Amino acid sequence: MSATTATLEREVPRARTRPAPAPIPTSRIVGVELRKMFDTRSGFWLMMSVGIIAVLATAATLVFAPRDELSYGSFAGAIGVPMTIILPMIAVLAVTSEWSQRAGLTTFTLVPHRGRVIAAKVAATLLVGVVSIAIAFAVGAVGNVAGSAIAGVSTTWDISLGNAATIFLGDALGMLMGFTLGVLIRNSPGAIVGYFVYALVLPVALEPLAAYQHWFRDHRGWLDFNFASAALYDGGLSGTEWAQIAVSGFVWLVLPLAIGLRLVLRSEVK
Amino acid sequence: MITVDSLSVTYGRFTAVDDVSFTARPGRVTGFLGPNGAGKSTTMRVMVGLTRPTHGSASISGRPYAELPNPGLEVGVLLDASAQHAGRTGREILTLAQRTMGLPSARVDQMLQRVSLTGSEADRRVRNYSLGMRQRLGIATALIGDPEVLILDEPANGLDPAGIRWMRDLLREYADQGGTVLLSSHLLHEIEVIADDLVVIGNGRIVAQGTKADLLAAAGTVVRAANPLVLVTELERTGVTVSLSPDGTVRTDADPAHVGQVALSAGIALTELRSADSAGLEEMFLELTAESQREGAAA
Repeated sequence: MSATTATLEREVPRARTRPAPAPIPTSRIVGVELRKMFDTRSGFWLMMSVGIIAVLATAATLVFAPRDELSYGSFAGAIGVPMTIILPMIAVLAVTSEWSQRAGLTTFTLVPHRGRVIAAKVAATLLVGVVSIAIAFAVGAVGNVAGSAIAGVSTTWDISLGNAATIFLGDALGMLMGFTLGVLIRNSPGAIVGYFVYALVLPVALEPLAAYQHWFRDHRGWLDFNFASAALYDGGLSGTEWAQIAVSGFVWLVLPLAIGLRLVLRSEVK
Repeated sequence: MITVDSLSVTYGRFTAVDDVSFTARPGRVTGFLGPNGAGKSTTMRVMVGLTRPTHGSASISGRPYAELPNPGLEVGVLLDASAQHAGRTGREILTLAQRTMGLPSARVDQMLQRVSLTGSEADRRVRNYSLGMRQRLGIATALIGDPEVLILDEPANGLDPAGIRWMRDLLREYADQGGTVLLSSHLLHEIEVIADDLVVIGNGRIVAQGTKADLLAAAGTVVRAANPLVLVTELERTGVTVSLSPDGTVRTDADPAHVGQVALSAGIALTELRSADSAGLEEMFLELTAESQREGAAA
């Protein structure tokens, strides 16, 4: 019939035999995910804000802190508090923008293994975390040297290497918490609000409970992950404190993360 | 080649795709037609692994999509041109695809040129793009890996007439070089001009599929005569189904040769005689999907 003729008239399509492409290496996916964290104006300034806030907090400490209390700890503390908010935001947005901005349609088509993409995002987020915290420590150190010189006091280095490590761990757990809320909620405003509720509202809300309920006060470390992990910033944790972080972290971080990952792997990307 | 095998997708009690099977072959443009909400996009999302099928499967060149080692080099996908981070520039979005696939960075500029996006347009953020520009960017992303299969959901949406012509030529050339093209559309004219094969879907079910020539041959003939009533009588006498529109147009299932022969023997002067092709696809579409049309039995 006419259909057959139409096919015959046209040049017979040349068979395309090509070698099977090599699989996408994980390092490449991490590189792309890292790039995505910087390539929008909001992403770029969120990253810049790490450095900017470190400098501002250092300057504020120089100006406002009592001269005899100037120490590395006071600088690190001033920089550290805003850092515990910004770093989780970076983690939240790394995940949620795929859904909120619907970029995931392309991302998960180019790499049809969502687990690999999510793992790459965790790696990229933690990489940003390491660099951010290193910058924060460095800016704080410069502030400490400058501050003690200006004040004419001797420079105090009162943060041990061990404490620096637990501070980093605390920030990393905060980022993972942001990440967890990201995979669980998969919506930028929702997950950011979720993080603020977790980090700022919940501790205040639990305060009266701890004040009036002895049972809760005595066991708070086992139940309240935010409370338990706060000990990481002070360093010198006891075995019990580590155990409390592990137990409460399992409930607050590991379980929700597992549920969130399952949702991400199974849900429909639209 | 794309193979879809008894694919079903259900959401609770709602069946979005119902036992759909078809094949899009190399060297041909396969048009995927259906009214809004018929299940076209869902079927396409299943093909590329974004939606899980409830039953059945889809494969690209014989393998499930998820098993392709670097899918961008084998399948070009454009499902929704607007599904991009609005804050990225067009160039950046292409660069992300180029890097993911591991292609040389020069490909980005080549593709921008191929889809006629200028340098300054490429450096604008996608939030400021028109739909047509987004479609061009999406086509560039789909083509950058030089894949042998293209899956495009409504790629002509938002393009101006010159853009539509450009898209048509591009896809034709692509198929002529041995590529497999599957494109969905509700723009009937577009599909009719470009597609070799048609798959018509309504309410999640395939209502017709085959080569365009075969499907449209079934659409019959449109004929006009100075005295249509005589023509209708003569045609009915030969046992074919005939209908007469108020404007005097006679439509029949019979092919044009038969109608011409009848008119000649009856001595009827025809003012127009043609195969129902141009109106045919629309007729066929409305008729086949009548049950699933929002407007009710439009045909």
